[in-house]
Amino acid sequence: MDWLAALGRGGLAVSARLGRANLLMLAMLGGLAELVRRPRLLLEQLMSVGVLTVLIIAVSGVFVGMVLGLQGYYILSRFGAEATLGVMVAASLVRELGPVVTALLFAGRAGSALAAEIGLMKATEQLSGLEMMAVNPQHRVLTPRLVAGILSMPLLAALFSMLGVYGGWFVGVGLLGVDDGTYWAQMQSQIDWYEDVGNGVIKSVVFGVVCTWIAIFQGYDCVPTSEGVSRATTRTVVHSSLAVLGLDFVLTALMFN
Amino acid sequence: MSKTRQIEIWVGAFIAAGFLALFFLAMQVSNLGTVNSGDSYTVLARFDNIGGLKVKSPVTLAGVEVGRVLDIYYDAEDFRAVAVLGIYSQYDTIPDDTFAKILTAGLLGEQYVGLDPGGSEQVLKEGSEIAVTQSALVLEEVIGQFIYGKAQEGAN
Repeated sequence: MDWLAALGRGGLAVSARLGRANLLMLAMLGGLAELVRRPRLLLEQLMSVGVLTVLIIAVSGVFVGMVLGLQGYYILSRFGAEATLGVMVAASLVRELGPVVTALLFAGRAGSALAAEIGLMKATEQLSGLEMMAVNPQHRVLTPRLVAGILSMPLLAALFSMLGVYGGWFVGVGLLGVDDGTYWAQMQSQIDWYEDVGNGVIKSVVFGVVCTWIAIFQGYDCVPTSEGVSRATTRTVVHSSLAVLGLDFVLTALMFN
Repeated sequence: MSKTRQIEIWVGAFIAAGFLALFFLAMQVSNLGTVNSGDSYTVLARFDNIGGLKVKSPVTLAGVEVGRVLDIYYDAEDFRAVAVLGIYSQYDTIPDDTFAKILTAGLLGEQYVGLDPGGSEQVLKEGSEIAVTQSALVLEEVIGQFIYGKAQEGAN
């Protein structure tokens, strides 16, 4: 009987959390009108969520591209198909690795920071302080962060893919001697703007919504103690990563079948 | 320089870089840059077998891309496949007795339509139909014919 009760308690807690997350999303969307009147708030968040994440995205993009170049060359040269190296690098980056790796890095770099910041605001009662001054903390504090995350993710993913393509180009053309013209021409003839690039962008927008939403919710919903904040940070990274990987499968199955 | 201004500059640079990367993906990586946005006229070609020809496969003349396959459908009346070829408008002097065949780029490459110009004075126009075509080479049939020929030789 005890385990049945534990299962029920767990299930109820999960449903309650999901419900709170949805209510929080609605509340944040309600703050969009206020955000239009105060674009400065968004600017500051774009700085901390977007700009400060660029470096890790750029470095990872270049290295992932270079590894793809090496591995792709190794496999393709067995079949005498080095000419399609550009297609392989670009397709893997634009369709999969760009959106997914960017989202995972984003969850680790920006998501954890968001959760910790909001969690600490809650623990030190800054959010209650805003409320005391008749400022809606959800509109003022959370909405700009959500919008900044959603706007940043596709831009970061595009940067990642672009630098990855150049990384693959550096290894393939520069070091391993694949023909420069072939690398780009094969890529251009095989990669479709809408099918490949467009769907990659859609993926990264979805990941942007999910990762930022999870981070903000975990921060806002945390137990306001140091332990609670640390748990919220951990949960943000774990839940975001799982959600990204799971959603990626669903989106890929929907888009490329 | 004030702190806000610094933030503004950084965010501006970030957004510009992001959109630049998207633009790069569109023009340099994908086919958006190479798609001929100019007008084209459509020409029909009937094939017994189109093999692996796909929509958007290139149409070439003397190795130069002069168009793309716009549509492929099956004609139930004469049991043949119809490929709708979109030829770019600047190539408006292709004779109407041109020969269309489905070729393969490399041994395992993708298939495309190759045009061999004829000698007619009339040119292909919107809606005209290419009369002489050659189907795609199906590897199994070629191998089958080869084996059949060998077997005949053995019997003689």
